[in-house]
Parts: sequence; structure tokens; C-alpha cells
Amino acid sequence: MKRLVIMDAERCVGCQLCMFACSRRLGFAGLDKSALHVKSVGGFERGFTVVVCRACIDPPCLRACPVDALRARDGGGVILDLSKCIGCRFCERACDIGAVFWDDSMNKPVICVHCGYCVGYCNFRVLGVEGMISR
Amino acid sequence: MNQNNVLYVDLERKSFYVKNRSDLFNEWLGGVGVALQLYKEEAVKGSAPLSSGNVIVFAVGPLTALYPLASKVVAVFKSPLTGNYGESHAGGRSATAIRSAGYGAILIKGVSDRPIYLVISEKGVQFKDAATLWGMRSTFTAGRVLREASPGTGVRTIMRIGRAGEKLVRYACVVSETYRHFGRMGLGAVFGSKKLKALVIHGKSSMRMPKIKAYRDVYDEIYDLAVKSGSMKKYHELGTPMNILPINALGALPTRNLLEARFEGAENISGEDLAAKKLGRRVACSHCPVACIHLATIREPYPDEPYFYKTTFVSYDYELLYSLGSMLGISDINGLLKLMDEVEIGGLDAISTGVALAWATEAYKKGLIKLNDLVVDLDWGKADAYREAVKLIVDQPNEFYKALAMGVDHSSKIYGGRDFALSFGGNEMPGYHTGPASHIGYLIGSRHSHLDAAGYSIDQKMKGLSPEEMVDKLIEEEQWRQILSSLVICYFARGIYEPSIVKKALDVLGYEFDEERLKELGRCIYREKQALKASEGFRPSELRIPERIFEVPSFRGLIDKNYMKAALDHYSKIFNKIVATE
Ligand code: SF4
Ligand code: SF4
Repeated sequence: MKRLVIMDAERCVGCQLCMFACSRRLGFAGLDKSALHVKSVGGFERGFTVVVCRACIDPPCLRACPVDALRARDGGGVILDLSKCIGCRFCERACDIGAVFWDDSMNKPVICVHCGYCVGYCNFRVLGVEGMISR
Repeated sequence: MNQNNVLYVDLERKSFYVKNRSDLFNEWLGGVGVALQLYKEEAVKGSAPLSSGNVIVFAVGPLTALYPLASKVVAVFKSPLTGNYGESHAGGRSATAIRSAGYGAILIKGVSDRPIYLVISEKGVQFKDAATLWGMRSTFTAGRVLREASPGTGVRTIMRIGRAGEKLVRYACVVSETYRHFGRMGLGAVFGSKKLKALVIHGKSSMRMPKIKAYRDVYDEIYDLAVKSGSMKKYHELGTPMNILPINALGALPTRNLLEARFEGAENISGEDLAAKKLGRRVACSHCPVACIHLATIREPYPDEPYFYKTTFVSYDYELLYSLGSMLGISDINGLLKLMDEVEIGGLDAISTGVALAWATEAYKKGLIKLNDLVVDLDWGKADAYREAVKLIVDQPNEFYKALAMGVDHSSKIYGGRDFALSFGGNEMPGYHTGPASHIGYLIGSRHSHLDAAGYSIDQKMKGLSPEEMVDKLIEEEQWRQILSSLVICYFARGIYEPSIVKKALDVLGYEFDEERLKELGRCIYREKQALKASEGFRPSELRIPERIFEVPSFRGLIDKNYMKAALDHYSKIFNKIVATE
């Protein structure tokens, strides 16, 4: 299974095209459906932090979910079952790197499915897709 | 993400409300088209630029946050520099933030009784005390404090003024995201007059797209053009400074207050040299895959402490390298970068500052100004002295600097040196002495800027135009740019957003605009601007052409006075006709 990875965050210019791409993937224009986030490291001159899901093999977010709305994804990470999710935000808090984002309009988490759509819109080779051996 | 919502903010009463203005957005698209109408509705006619009757309108467009490069915010206000219509554009994250906070435009009126800043989100406006921020020496520090204190990291814009704005320097700018600016025409002073230190705007709403397949297709077409086509290459690689050497080679790079139009130090301040020696990082506005913002690094030792250095990032663009570089005869790149940094710290428009200092230097050398007034001994190439002078423009310790803070048009009325006061319609000259079209463009453009119609490009590309033809060309270009500015498309992407692409992008959203209708709207907005300028007292017959531009050969040779006069006469006729009918 493939997995979204950061090749080199130092090359990031902060354009946010990846974030727009992720929301567009679902048919939206904007940022609140985006499963990755780019913010400056305290001012543009210091560069950018790119937060993406690391596709953990033993995901803390999964363990935190009280209603089993998250199940393990083949190759790491999780798959969200929206119909089970009660919007408690436990998964958001459980992710150490802050890669579980929140869709305020739906009150549900936004979690990367490692589809790689965003990679095609990063003009600076910050993002890449890595093949992973299935576990 | 309702772009039809206008947020109305009253600084005096510390109140706000939101109103759906689809009437305006349907008719005028957004950006400058809508901002102009809102300005007309709310500004108190005839009021002074720094009085409570002035309003500030920010507007984005229907393509913002939907497509790449619709990444600007247009600000409309009355300019304290020219005393008439003011318009300024900036990028950074401002456009995405405004739209994602749920607004198509934000209108700010009134004057606060004490320094404040605003935090704006979908929920509305918080009025925050800015007493502690007021008077801070550096726009960087103010930005840092606001970053720490405000929500919305990654999905916000922080627009702020420096001390220049607080002290009402008529060409103070508003800085957004540290390196982008509402630079020209003094928006910073309007903020200052309203006791408004900053705006923090954050939001991340999205919108379900109607024709999703068509949307993705048009998106991809624009994206591919942006990253693959040659038209964006120059901005992508060296950025705008790639123009320094070619413009210099043409003999069109204003040097030492346009005593010359070729700079012997051009190599040192060229995009090529900067990229090789100083470029430290590139950054982009939100939703722009080009990343034209080039940041240079200066590494400086502390004199009092061995092995102790500081590294500063300075954004550089063609306009700064011209106005603070060649115009002041500075080719020492470290000195120049430090000067640029000082201009940024104070929050000044770099073009006006450089032109003002160039005039002051020449006036001093000609004996019109005394050293006592000037305080520092200004001389071409002396970057350190100019850096001190920038601080003095901000501080205004004496009558001379009070005058200089009003711009060169004003200063030269008091101290003389009108012939070499390079101001056009009250706005200081941009960096192109390519020929008559560039200068006519500065004179007749709605905001007296090279951005109105890019006359420098006509000078380079078209030969043998009559004065009338040239003016018609300039106006035609300015009219099309009204559409770009209503869609808030970055002008660097004007080669991508051809009428056919604009139409496609709008089609997806259900707008029925064919190319002809777009062009008619552009003409209409142009006419509205001219009429507004007339009502605020602008008269083409009062335009002054600085003698200097006739004395130094341009790329197109010595500029002919009769040609210029004929061009202005033609423009006057057009202007008067518009005013008579509107
Ligand atoms: S890989 Fe897919 S789901 Fe993950 S951030 Fe990129 S576009 Fe979004
Ligand atoms: S698209 Fe690439 S360069 Fe742009 S913000 Fe995302 S990771 Fe950074």
C-alpha cells in the first residue's frame, strides 16, 4: 500500500496547493476538508511545517476512538467510518503530531487516506508517495 | 464561504454587521469592481483622506480559494498621498483568509478613540486593544506578537502597519505576512489615522463545488499553465529582479534620481547575482504554485561579541532594487539589503521612499536643502546614511522630514527642485524610463502606477504609435486589468488568465460572462474610476510632467514634449467625455 510522505519540508514555499487539492479531492474548494496542514514556523522567513499523517502501524488515534469508527488501514494509518463517528475529538487529541484535522462544519475528523492526490500539486517536491509493504 | 457577504466594521462604535450584497457581486464580480462601489456608498464625499469620513474597503473575487493565482486582495480608499482615489493590491495569505472567513469584502469606517486591532473570523469581529503594539519600532515584532496572540495559525493573514503608518507618513504601507504589501498610495497612513494597528483575519471554510469534474479540469488547465508554461518562468526562477539587467541594458533603469538611465552597479543588484550570493528561501502567496517571493539573507556579526551573528531575511523585488538601489546609486548589496530591511521595519512604501530620498539627495547637492535640515550627509551610494534617513522619515524630527513624509510633490513645492521631483499625479515614479508610454501611463493611470497599464511593455514592443494610438492602447490594457483586479488575479498570471480561461473558470460557477461582456465590464469599471476621480477633484489639465524625464534619453530616445502633450490632450478628451456622460 502506498503512503504519503514528506520528502523535504525545507523546500516548502507555503503555497498550500496541497491543502486545496485535498479538499478538492472530495469535491470542495477551500481548506476545511484537508487532511494535511501547512503553517509557518513562526514567520514565513523561518520556513514551514508540513503536517501529514505518518500512517502509523499502531495508530494512537485508532486506540483512542471509543466507538470503533477508526479501523486499521492496510499499510498503516486508519480508515474513518463517518457513520460511527460521534465527533468526540478523542482521535484529534491522541495524534502526537497533530495530523488528525477537524472539519468544523461537519464536526468530524479529517484523516489522510494516503491517496496521493495532493502530491501532484506540489510543485516543489516536498511531498511524495512511498510504496509500503503490506503487513 | 459565501463571497457575497460584506462585513461592515465601524471603528468608532466598535460595532459590525454582515450584509449579503449579491446585488454588487453579481454585477461587478468582486475585487476592484465591488470595492469601488462600496467605497462610493460609504465614503463621505469630499472628506480628507486622514479624516473619519474616509473608508477602507478590502475585496476578493469569485475565483479566490477556488483556483490558483486568484490570490490578491484589492484595497480601495482615499489616498493621503495623492488626495484622490487610492487603490493597492497585496497577496500573502490575505485573499484566502478573507474568503475562507466567509467574506467577499470588508469595509472599515470611522476612527477609533484608541489604538486597536481587529480579529476577524466567521463569527465576526473582536476589537482588541493595541496600546502595547502602538509605537513598536518594527513591523516584524508587531507581527510576532500578533502571531502568538491570535488564533488560526496556517489559515490567517496578519496585516499590520509600522510606525510610519502610525505617524501618518503619506506613503506608509500595510504589511501582510511580513513580505507582502499594500505598498502604494499610503494605505498605512489611513490605518494610522483610524488608530488601526492591524487586522488578523482567519478562517477555513470550504464550499461544495457544483460541476466538480468541470471544476477539476479547468483547475488542472490553469495549474499546468502556471507550472509548465514559459510565461511564469521568470517569476519562478529569479523573480522580478531578473528584469534589472535587461532594463539596464535598454538604458531604462532610473539611476541617481534619473540623472542617468544606466546603472554601472546593475550587475551587483541583479537577480542573477542575488540568487547566486544571497537567496536564502523562496515563499509563495496562498494558492500560488509560482513562489515569486525571494528572500535574501544577510549575516552580520555583532561588533561587541565575537562569534555572535544575526541572520536577517529580506524580501527583494525589482521595484525595491530600483528605488532603493539604482535610484540612490547603491551597488553594495549588503548595504542595500539592510536599507530595504529598514524600510520594512518602519512600514514604508519602498518606491516612494527611494524616490523621495533620491530627490532629497539631488536637492541637497544643488544647495536647496541645508545639512542642518537633512541631519545626515546624503550622497549617492552611501547606504548607511540612507538608512538613517529612513528612520528620520518615520520620526519626522524637523520641518524638512515632516515635508518629506508627505511625498516629493509636496516637498518640492516647499524646497524647490520641482523639475527633478519624480512624482506623477502625486505618486512617486516606478522604475521604468523606457519611453513615452511608461510616463504617460504613470500620468493617466487611475492609480498613477506602472501597474495600471504597463506602459513599459508598449515602449518595448510597439514602435511608431501616434500619441492617440498609444493612449488608446494604455486605456485598453487598463480596462482589461479591471477584470483581472475584480477577479483578484495576480498580474504576474495575466498571461494565463486570458479572456477564454477566465470565461471557463467563471462558467463552472454558473456565471454567464462571455468575453465581450467581460470586456464591457472592464470598460465600465474604468469609467466609474475616472468619474470618481473627477468628483474628487482630479483634472488631467493639472497633471505635471517632471522636466527631468525629457533631459535623459530613455530606451526610446529623448522623449518628445509635443508627443507627450498630444497624448495628454487626447486623454483629457476621453476623460472629459466620460465625466460628462457618467
Ligand atoms: S494523500 Fe490524499 S488524503 Fe492524504 S493529504 Fe494527500 S490528498 Fe489528502
Ligand atoms: S504544495 Fe508543496 S510547497 Fe506548497 S504548501 Fe504544500 S508541501 Fe508546501
